[in-house]
Amino acid sequence: MTRLQAVAAPLPHDSAELHVTGRARYVDDLPEPQGCLHAAVGQSARAHARIVRMDLSRVAAAPGVVAVLTGADFPGLNQIGPVLLDEPALAQHSVDYHGQAVFAVAATSYELARRAVTLAEIDYEDLPAAIHLEDALAENLDLLLPYEMRRGDPDAAMARSAHFLEGSFRLGGQDHFYLEGQIALAAPGEDGGMDVHASTQHPTEVQHVVARCLGEIDAKVRVECRRMGGGFGGKETQANQIAAIAAVLARKTGRPVKFRLDRDVDMTLTGKRHDFRIDYRVGFDEDGRIEAITFGQAARGGCSADLTGAIADRAMFHADNAYFFPHVRIRSRRLKTHTVSNTAFRGFGGPQGMLGIEEVIDEIARHLGRDPLDVRRANLYGPAPRNLTPYHMEVEDFVLPEIMDELEQSSGYRERRAAIEAWNRTSPVLKRGIALTPVKFGISFTTSHLNQAGALIQLYTDGSVLLNHGGTEMGQGLYVKVQQIVAEELQIPTGLIRITAADTSKVPNTSPTAASSGTDMNGMAALAAARTLKERLTTFAAEKYGVPAHKVVFQDGAILLGEHRMSLRELAKEAWMARVQLSATGYYATPKIHYDRDQAHGRPFYYFAYGAACCEAVIDTLTGENRILRADLLHDVGRSLNPAIDRGQIEGGFVQGLGWLTTEELWWTKEGALASHAPSTYKIPCASDLPRDFRVAIWERGRNQERSVHRSKAVGEPPLMLAIAAFQAIKDAIAQAVPGRGSPRLDAPATPERVLFAVNELRGRTAALDLARAAE
Amino acid sequence: MAPIRFTVNGAPVEVTDLHPTTTLLQYLRIHRRLTGTKEGCAEGDCGACTVTVGEWLDGRLRWRAVNACILFLPTLHGKAVLTVEGLSAESQPLHPVQRAFVDHHAAQCGFCTPGFVMALVAHRLDPENGVHLATEDVIAGNLCRCTGYRPILDAAAAAEPGGLEPAPPPALSDEAMPDYRAAGGRFRMPRSGDELAACLRETPDATLLAGGTDIGLWVTKALRALDDLVWLGACADLQRIDATSDGLRIGAAVRLHDAYPILAEHWPELGELLRRFACVQIRQAGTVLGNVLNASPIGDGSPAFLALGASLVLRKGDRRRTVPLDTFFLAYRKTALEPVEFAEALLLPWPADGQVFKAIKLSKRFDQDISAVMGAFRLTLADGVVTDARLAFGGLAAIPRRSPSAEAALVGHRLDEAAIEAACAAFRQDFQPIDDVRATAAYRLEAGQNLLRRLFLELTRPADAPRILDLEIAA
Repeated sequence: MTRLQAVAAPLPHDSAELHVTGRARYVDDLPEPQGCLHAAVGQSARAHARIVRMDLSRVAAAPGVVAVLTGADFPGLNQIGPVLLDEPALAQHSVDYHGQAVFAVAATSYELARRAVTLAEIDYEDLPAAIHLEDALAENLDLLLPYEMRRGDPDAAMARSAHFLEGSFRLGGQDHFYLEGQIALAAPGEDGGMDVHASTQHPTEVQHVVARCLGEIDAKVRVECRRMGGGFGGKETQANQIAAIAAVLARKTGRPVKFRLDRDVDMTLTGKRHDFRIDYRVGFDEDGRIEAITFGQAARGGCSADLTGAIADRAMFHADNAYFFPHVRIRSRRLKTHTVSNTAFRGFGGPQGMLGIEEVIDEIARHLGRDPLDVRRANLYGPAPRNLTPYHMEVEDFVLPEIMDELEQSSGYRERRAAIEAWNRTSPVLKRGIALTPVKFGISFTTSHLNQAGALIQLYTDGSVLLNHGGTEMGQGLYVKVQQIVAEELQIPTGLIRITAADTSKVPNTSPTAASSGTDMNGMAALAAARTLKERLTTFAAEKYGVPAHKVVFQDGAILLGEHRMSLRELAKEAWMARVQLSATGYYATPKIHYDRDQAHGRPFYYFAYGAACCEAVIDTLTGENRILRADLLHDVGRSLNPAIDRGQIEGGFVQGLGWLTTEELWWTKEGALASHAPSTYKIPCASDLPRDFRVAIWERGRNQERSVHRSKAVGEPPLMLAIAAFQAIKDAIAQAVPGRGSPRLDAPATPERVLFAVNELRGRTAALDLARAAE
Repeated sequence: MAPIRFTVNGAPVEVTDLHPTTTLLQYLRIHRRLTGTKEGCAEGDCGACTVTVGEWLDGRLRWRAVNACILFLPTLHGKAVLTVEGLSAESQPLHPVQRAFVDHHAAQCGFCTPGFVMALVAHRLDPENGVHLATEDVIAGNLCRCTGYRPILDAAAAAEPGGLEPAPPPALSDEAMPDYRAAGGRFRMPRSGDELAACLRETPDATLLAGGTDIGLWVTKALRALDDLVWLGACADLQRIDATSDGLRIGAAVRLHDAYPILAEHWPELGELLRRFACVQIRQAGTVLGNVLNASPIGDGSPAFLALGASLVLRKGDRRRTVPLDTFFLAYRKTALEPVEFAEALLLPWPADGQVFKAIKLSKRFDQDISAVMGAFRLTLADGVVTDARLAFGGLAAIPRRSPSAEAALVGHRLDEAAIEAACAAFRQDFQPIDDVRATAAYRLEAGQNLLRRLFLELTRPADAPRILDLEIAA
């Protein structure tokens, strides 16, 4: 008999058959409790204004309306902020962004609720509004205190450098566009309690915020989430407001209330990825090796703090990406604008910080006339002393040189660059470009106390197991991975392990499923619970059957007791009869991490995840249209727990990053209204945007140097940043379109418009046909 | 009052009490508790609500993928609706498409999955659904935010043949024009242009509905109450495409998808334009004429038809008049259509010797996007000299329209660089575009001119100026 191998098997998602048959239940699919009402919110028509008068009498009198709610009606605090209490669920007295929720209704149907909220009469007195990042910078509107990281003396070192460059560029935000919009269903209980089904990555925070808004103790609120139709960070804090409004309306009416956002409300009411402006100054040598660098990162926080502090921090933690800076200073500002509060989004500031340095590397390379890949290589982290990050953490597990070697070979980067340059000389209008960029992404919440997780395992007397942990399932395959870990540990088929919804009444005080840490932490907690259970059973069996404990072996569905052999079902039954506890909890706290924020010094990350991508782009120099012809991805997931799931994260993350950097553009009117608030105006990638030649590989030699669960690595966020290669490839194509004119200025996303104007700028507004001729 | 009768997963249903603008999605999810079909956007842009609808057309059974979120219930009268729940009963084997999705890990969060499955199932069920469409085109109307699409494309390619053969729709023989009234709303389904003309005479203010891919949003997005609708989707004579000696006559109820093959055959550039026109679900519902008549400045059809010299046959009662498209658009969303009048057909003259036609659409995303700038150009050349030029643009003005100055700069001149540059300069006189979510005014002006330059290169040095989507690089 061999050991059952559940870990590393490419099992399908646990809900795959439910997904394809439409039987998977999302919150809106649950049978509605009797008497269920439906909520909608009235939204601000101004970006920044005082509410002079608000008459909701027509709303209250509208067909189907059962209750109207304002911020003044909250039994507890009208506050949804996760860190600071600076954001109301419903605005009172003044509004801070166009689209902000001002009041809510509960009505007998969804449609009636939506219609009712259009009947409000609200008079505003406009106040000065800062819509864009530039407005906030001009007005010095800081949302939070600036923060600085520094090592060495960058100014002095830069003055000594042979070469110097400085520049500035902008990169845009991104809407999550999870296919399932935000939703919560709140049902009042008999004792002031509230049961909430929420589509949330953070049930515990929803619990806390609902309790806060109701003025109840946390124990009276139970939050459950079986699955989300996508999250991507957008349901980390943004689910709070939805659940809070549903719960307060449920309290007010005494009836269950469902609050589902339609797409337009979802996109205007909830936060997005932070857009950034990045300024840099860099000194370097003949080989492009950076000697000193300073970054100024300005993040558009929106109207409230939300998670902006931690996000802006993570952008700083990734300002180095994979490169060693002998002297460095990173200054970060977190600006307040009168727009929706920006929030967590896959990568959590990391992508913005990383794009910053990749831009700088490209600028250095073009300045020196070198292949950007050579400059990247010259700057990689290395042995001490070239292993120290700007926050003084030693990089101990740096496998990027191996990954980049392998990808450079497998992608044929060098030959293709030469071929592309030759091709471009023959192609006057279309131009191609190529880039190979690395990713190094720090794993752990930089808010150290969040690095803990709990799990609960219950063994029934028929040998079946119920598994629960603090992680939430948003499609990323966390639940099947944890199930695999428990199956392997208990040596039983996954079919005997029932996966259950995240539930604050089963595992309390959980952290959000975020920071790519879901499997690392919940997998470890579940493993600990399984081991506890196994130990109890082992002790019992050893005693009962008179074998030494080390002779009690769980193997492939059975328990071997020396010569004797029994099923888990038999053992469970016997243990129960002997009054042995068959449920166990497990707990995990990530070791080794610490960070002194005052000193900007420490080891905030348990380890790093690595990857690299090589992308080839083509642009049309007459229209600015662009696409990615080929992408080669090589990504380190440590020892994969499930290669099928991991590959899905790598590919999906890359394409999401591709959208962020190419087609996805958030656009506000000058009045501060988001005009790109639906898929008709906001364009995430569709099937044809996938590179036609798409080669994705998990790095086979991957193995986590740290003692993570089965030596695997987190994979949720890091692959998104592989898409930076696509952006740099487009930029390379622009540079190649007008050789010898230096580096193009290209802000992200690389829409046709930005690409065309970048080409035009480089060629100094020569007529397009002259360009076509010049290439002949 | 006639009930609406159709089938859902083979079972006959009658609807008698729901307002006529109730969408199929609302009906399925709320009234039937069939929650496998999802709402992602309620505007026909994400495909999460895709279902398959069977209908008889000219004696042939057609299966179409459509967006349930913007489909008004009465338009299903006499049809068969197949939802994901109808594909495989509980504890029965999965449909081959579903099986392939499981085997290829094509679902992550799973919310978009039923829509993808149904789009692919519709394509498999109907052999006329477009063999010319690649899988990317079949699912261009379905958004997935998790997978990056690779496993979905793999699953589509690997799905075994077979699967259920859904029952055809019920054969209805309505003796009178179906006139559905419920919950304060009315929905008439005239069976011919004559009945339609009579309906409009009777109620001039009724809303004329074709595919509903725009009007559906008036309800789902703008929350407008539409209480009197006249639908031309049942007018058999308006569903026809006739090839006459002068050209094509496309009836007002002809859906974009059904016009695709013949338009692509005669004007390959229109074929490519239609391939990128919205997505299958929208083209299976939306009509060729509806896209013209809603007079959007950024519709894809109008610039092309303007360039091709199309005209509209307008009918009011028994009076018909033919209006060139050139004079049809008056101002933003305002046309020459009079009260009670409706468009019966679009006339598209055949290509003539010496004519060349190009249509180029610029958008942020290639597929399932609305143009930022659209250029459609028909030049007539004799011995290298331009004898006629029709240069039409979308996205540059409040209406789709031609650039008379640029045309004048070309006509009578040899098609050379000087003439094109003169046309570009003239073009700038004709348009004062605006900044909006799709592009800035500066881009629209710049790209508009560059489309003329691209036209020149494509006609004179085609090898130098392939389109970006045509570029294939050998691995």
